[in-house]
Amino acid sequence: MYPSRFRYEAPRSLGEAFALLAEHGDEAKVLAGGQSLIPLVKLRFAAPAMLVDINGIPELAYHREDADGSLRIGALCRHADLERSPLLPGNHPTMAAAAPLVADPIVRTRGTLVGSLCHADPQGDWASVMLALNGEIIAQGPNGRRTIPAVDFVVGPFQNALHPGEIAVEARVPAARGTVSGSYLKLERRVGDFATAGVAVAIESVGGQVIRAGIGLTGVGAGNIKAVEAEQSLVGYTLDPDVIARAAELAAGAARPKTDHRGSAEYKRHVVATFVRRALSGYRAPVAA
Amino acid sequence: MSQALDEVKIGGLGASRQRVEDARFIRGRGNYVDDIVLPGMLHMEILRSPLAHARIKSIDTSKAWAIPGVRLVLTGEMAAQRNLAWMPTLSYDTQAVLATDKVRFQGQEVACVVADDPYIARDGVEAIVVEYEPLPPIVNPVQALAPDAPLIRDDKEGQTDNVCYRWEVGDAEATERAFAEADVVSKLKLHYPRSHPSPIECCGSVADYNSATGKLTVYMTTQAPHIIRAAVALVAELPEHMIRIISPDIGGGFGNKVPVYPGYVCSILCSILTGRPVKWIEDKTGNLVSTGFGRDMYLTGEMALRADGKILAVRFHADTDQGAFFSDAQPSKFKVGLLHSAFACYDVPHGHITAQGTYTNKAPGGVAYRCSFRVTEAMFFQERMVQAAADDLGMDQAEFRRINLREDDSFPARTPFGFLVDSGQYAKCLQMGLDAIGYEDFKREQAEARKRGRYLGIGISTMTEPLGAGNSREYDILGIKMFDSAELRVHPTGKAILRTGAKTQGQGHETTWAQIVSHELGIPADDIVVEEGDTDHAPFGMGTYASRSTPVAGAAVSMVSRKIRAKARKLAAHLLEVSEEDVEWELGRFYVRGAQSRGVTIQECAMAAYTNMPDGMEPGLENNAYYDPPNLTWPFACYIATVEIDPETGVWDVLRLVAVDDCGVRINPMVVEGQITGGLTEAYAMSNMQFQTYDAEGNIVGGNYMDYLLPTAWETPGFELHEVVTPCPHHPIGAKGVGECAAVGGPAAFVNAVMNAIGHTGVRNIDMPLLPDRVWDAIRTGKDISGAPPFRNA
Repeated sequence: MYPSRFRYEAPRSLGEAFALLAEHGDEAKVLAGGQSLIPLVKLRFAAPAMLVDINGIPELAYHREDADGSLRIGALCRHADLERSPLLPGNHPTMAAAAPLVADPIVRTRGTLVGSLCHADPQGDWASVMLALNGEIIAQGPNGRRTIPAVDFVVGPFQNALHPGEIAVEARVPAARGTVSGSYLKLERRVGDFATAGVAVAIESVGGQVIRAGIGLTGVGAGNIKAVEAEQSLVGYTLDPDVIARAAELAAGAARPKTDHRGSAEYKRHVVATFVRRALSGYRAPVAA
Repeated sequence: MSQALDEVKIGGLGASRQRVEDARFIRGRGNYVDDIVLPGMLHMEILRSPLAHARIKSIDTSKAWAIPGVRLVLTGEMAAQRNLAWMPTLSYDTQAVLATDKVRFQGQEVACVVADDPYIARDGVEAIVVEYEPLPPIVNPVQALAPDAPLIRDDKEGQTDNVCYRWEVGDAEATERAFAEADVVSKLKLHYPRSHPSPIECCGSVADYNSATGKLTVYMTTQAPHIIRAAVALVAELPEHMIRIISPDIGGGFGNKVPVYPGYVCSILCSILTGRPVKWIEDKTGNLVSTGFGRDMYLTGEMALRADGKILAVRFHADTDQGAFFSDAQPSKFKVGLLHSAFACYDVPHGHITAQGTYTNKAPGGVAYRCSFRVTEAMFFQERMVQAAADDLGMDQAEFRRINLREDDSFPARTPFGFLVDSGQYAKCLQMGLDAIGYEDFKREQAEARKRGRYLGIGISTMTEPLGAGNSREYDILGIKMFDSAELRVHPTGKAILRTGAKTQGQGHETTWAQIVSHELGIPADDIVVEEGDTDHAPFGMGTYASRSTPVAGAAVSMVSRKIRAKARKLAAHLLEVSEEDVEWELGRFYVRGAQSRGVTIQECAMAAYTNMPDGMEPGLENNAYYDPPNLTWPFACYIATVEIDPETGVWDVLRLVAVDDCGVRINPMVVEGQITGGLTEAYAMSNMQFQTYDAEGNIVGGNYMDYLLPTAWETPGFELHEVVTPCPHHPIGAKGVGECAAVGGPAAFVNAVMNAIGHTGVRNIDMPLLPDRVWDAIRTGKDISGAPPFRNA
């Protein structure tokens, strides 16, 4: 790869990183897993004058469950860490289903969940999962920390809500109540391809009755979509076929797909409905190696 | 008692010998073009057109020249001063090296920058300012032939439209008569989408012109170094003995590395102009958007049938989309390569083919992507047509093939298009495939599954294809006949070096050529080193493509070994003190007739050639052979796929793929199986996911690995391989080509299986790739899906 000339710094602490970002402002980009930024730099689609490599800041490499059951994912937690995590399969089925479907094994080894959210690619998988789970992003800057709901974090294609000088240090998934179920289903032409369409579904229920529902859509709009009406249509009901069919239809209605070389708009909308129905019916997607 | 060596133990024919080249490849010790570093070497990068069709109004290179470290900015105008702005193609057209008047496709070479390092070279490319006046782009043959279409090739004198060739073959009248007598006429129309060979190593060169000696050395990614030397001599007007082409380790070719590309020419010119070595290494997008693609052919045809299933005649028309320049890399005398090898495995009495090529504002090329020049399109159309005909007759697809396949005692047989097919056991291969897949059981399972809403399908593809260009009558490049060569030197201790005019790019010549020598001479394969690719060392040959290495260069290896054996026999007679007529050969040694224990080994003969030759005999034990094959070789293959479709999403999975390949005698079964596995993988990719297309503005879709998909081990199905051996009647060891069979014959098996699974919907055809949305759409609407995605029914 032959990018434009850039400076490279590898701070050893968040304090050093903030100082570098303050000094270089818009010219600086934070480098974590590099699975989105490096290709952009390689193709000269992006030409940051300064790369601030945060891989040497060990306190960002974690994911853990708090006592209340909420999940915290540090900025250096790799997709592969989540794929192999013992924390996910029981209490976080949507996360567990998505982790092995992100890109390919090579990307998953280096890429990070927080980095994927920051990159704000409309075809990113994690953003849909975070929308379905009502996740949050913790932004930290020289003046302290603030919490940004996932639904507000992406402000446009490849644009996030971070202020200059801030680093997204953590993603947080709030604790669920009741019985948890959910999945992430993704149609891709080949392993590692972006989703033709993807659906994240997260359900909390008590006694068979849905008390909270989350549905996020991938690859069917200018950004990841939170299918709010479909979510609301489930709350207070048991997941019988009519209820599921209605939610599937509403989710498909929320999709804004475009025809491209991955498939027609009509098809993508149909896949959204099919996947929402399957996810709500307990369909288990085959898990990639 | 015989003391002959065990052939498999010494690594001769039939030994699944480990590939000797892999030892360096898997240790990262290969030597590719990008590994070449010469003192004072500069780096070149190409500026490519962002537009598909535009007039160049001005090129301002001043900002690039101003960047420290930039040594040269080369434009078409400067190349024109050396008469190198244009170059001839292998299809007797011309192609722009650097655009001077117009750009004719997105990605076309416009200028290049030579700098101290590749980073600065790219900075320089970004600093060039080109002013374009956009022209309407043409992205398919229909647009190209419209009455008011803009003329793409206004550079060509006398060119008044966008037609680049017309061609026909066969007997139109006899075919017409056969159609008049038909009980049923079956029709089919399809598009074989544009694909790309996409070797993992892209193209590149290191050109080193030494102004003191006048010698030009070019390290380059070429499948045919000797042809390149001849071409450079003719195009650049340099004396041929002062040109040395070195093709080092090559990271895959698949036909992509046969043509001469502008980047090679520019690196040579830049080295001459700067007086320093110049390295050009193409990036992945550069390779995908500008170098030789494959296919992009529209086929429409029909088959005349008798009610009992006998094929009476076939006729079809092909429209080929050639892109901006007619630069098909093919050496035949025929305009559409060997398209007319279609239907060669069937007893078809009459046939007629017409073809027309058009210029479009797309990348030029039309290379033979892992096939012998348009054979892939031919066999795909053939096998899709055969399935359509069987369906129209209401006949079982296997039975229809049984009725029409050539019988074992019918060889040699002439096809209606002039080919001579010479050998095969077609019915046996088909039956072996049907037995392996459990054909009747599967059909029952399919019927049961259909009742429960599951969509299972089975598809067959049977074909023979002409491999091994050429013979010298019908095949040449720049007039040079399509022979090949081998040179063998046996050293005093009986070890040897073999050089051929071919060039391995992954085929494993370093392993398999030694096995042929071993078979002929009994020298253990491990004692033979194989070297190819350096025109100052190797004998003149035509290179490796079209599965021609084994049929042609491999035959030359046999023949040169036999010359060596003939001389060794004289040496043996001398050593054994008998007359030559009394000397017998068994593998590895000569012995006295009637006294088998009295003998000498081939190694003892080699030593004698340097130490103890008979009076009057020229010392040494080396020779060469040039081989001009009497015919092509005709391997046969039967591929049978079973699939299941998820009717809700259109996603289809391959359940099984059974392959029966008859490529004659197998030199190294493991290498052959590798070739078939690789070919089936590419076939699966074509049918399932792979294509290039262009939008209405002429922007390429499929110019990077995000959009142009290579299958991974995850989605590639497993393959079950079987073999039948019908030796080639004219090849010295009975071998036939094999490298391309599976990529050529495979796609139709997968597509036929999917079409079979949805046969009840009335859908006749979905054009490749069979992306899920297209399969879903066909099931839902009951209508055919044509054209490359995302555009429908174009």
